[in-house]
Amino acid sequence: MSVPEEEVEVMSNGPGAAAILAAGIGCASVGILAVAGDASKPIGKFLNFYDPTGTLSGVTIMSIVIWLAVWFVLGSFWAGKTVALGRVNLAAFVLLFAGFLLTFPPFMDLLEGQ
Amino acid sequence: MEISTHDLWTVMHGMGFGALFMLAFSGAFAELYRMSVPGAAPMRASEQKALNFYLGAMVVLAWITVFTGAYIIYPWYRAVPPAGAVDLAEYPRQLLLSSARTSGWHNIGMEWKEHVSWLAPIAITMVAYVTMKYGQAIIYHRNMRIAVLGFTLAAFVATGISGTFGALLNKYAPVRGGGTIILIQGE
Repeated sequence: MSVPEEEVEVMSNGPGAAAILAAGIGCASVGILAVAGDASKPIGKFLNFYDPTGTLSGVTIMSIVIWLAVWFVLGSFWAGKTVALGRVNLAAFVLLFAGFLLTFPPFMDLLEGQ
Repeated sequence: MEISTHDLWTVMHGMGFGALFMLAFSGAFAELYRMSVPGAAPMRASEQKALNFYLGAMVVLAWITVFTGAYIIYPWYRAVPPAGAVDLAEYPRQLLLSSARTSGWHNIGMEWKEHVSWLAPIAITMVAYVTMKYGQAIIYHRNMRIAVLGFTLAAFVATGISGTFGALLNKYAPVRGGGTIILIQGE
């Protein structure tokens, strides 16, 4: 049996907004770190957390850490609050698109001037 | 009939976890869209529970897929051959880069696949969290439903790119080697 709409609890959008924006930042982090690791030898070396996987290990682990840390911080700030979700969405989708673009090798090469 | 351990892991990564994750998108899209259309009736508690389980399984599959790919198979793919090696069959990256006709499969295909695939688990984890957290209350948050559908689509696209290049790369330079597992003894 479905629950009548009037009985559904209205929740603040803060926790959801935090998850959405953090996901966008996490996706952009993958792209930014991939470009940084490819463009700079010292950064590439720093991101080499696990030799068999190379720079990809640092790119992935760092992105996960950034994503979860941002999610935790935003989630703490926005708990029980109502935020402008339209703007959060716009930022999250721009960051998501940046993630796709920055991982696309021809675009990475363009940024690196190759 | 036998298979190498590297082949087995590749099959599990691509045709097991990855393909299952990819197939699951049709169900996820149908359910997430159904709860997003204007005037949609709230889900039953049992339906919500089933959707939560379904999305939870997708999250697990997505993370297993990227971790097995990056930390088990990728090291075999990028293994460096000994100096003077002529047979590059067990060194897929070097095999692809050894010819101008195949180098693009690494420089574009693998380079994109190895990074873009990580967008999928991040996106689908958010989708699962928001859907589980809000449940039926998501009907009051239009922008949240837009984000959920948009990130599900993004996860699908990232998985499609990775899966397509994975399958094609495995045709041109399959990951070989490792121990041999005899599945059925021949006559």
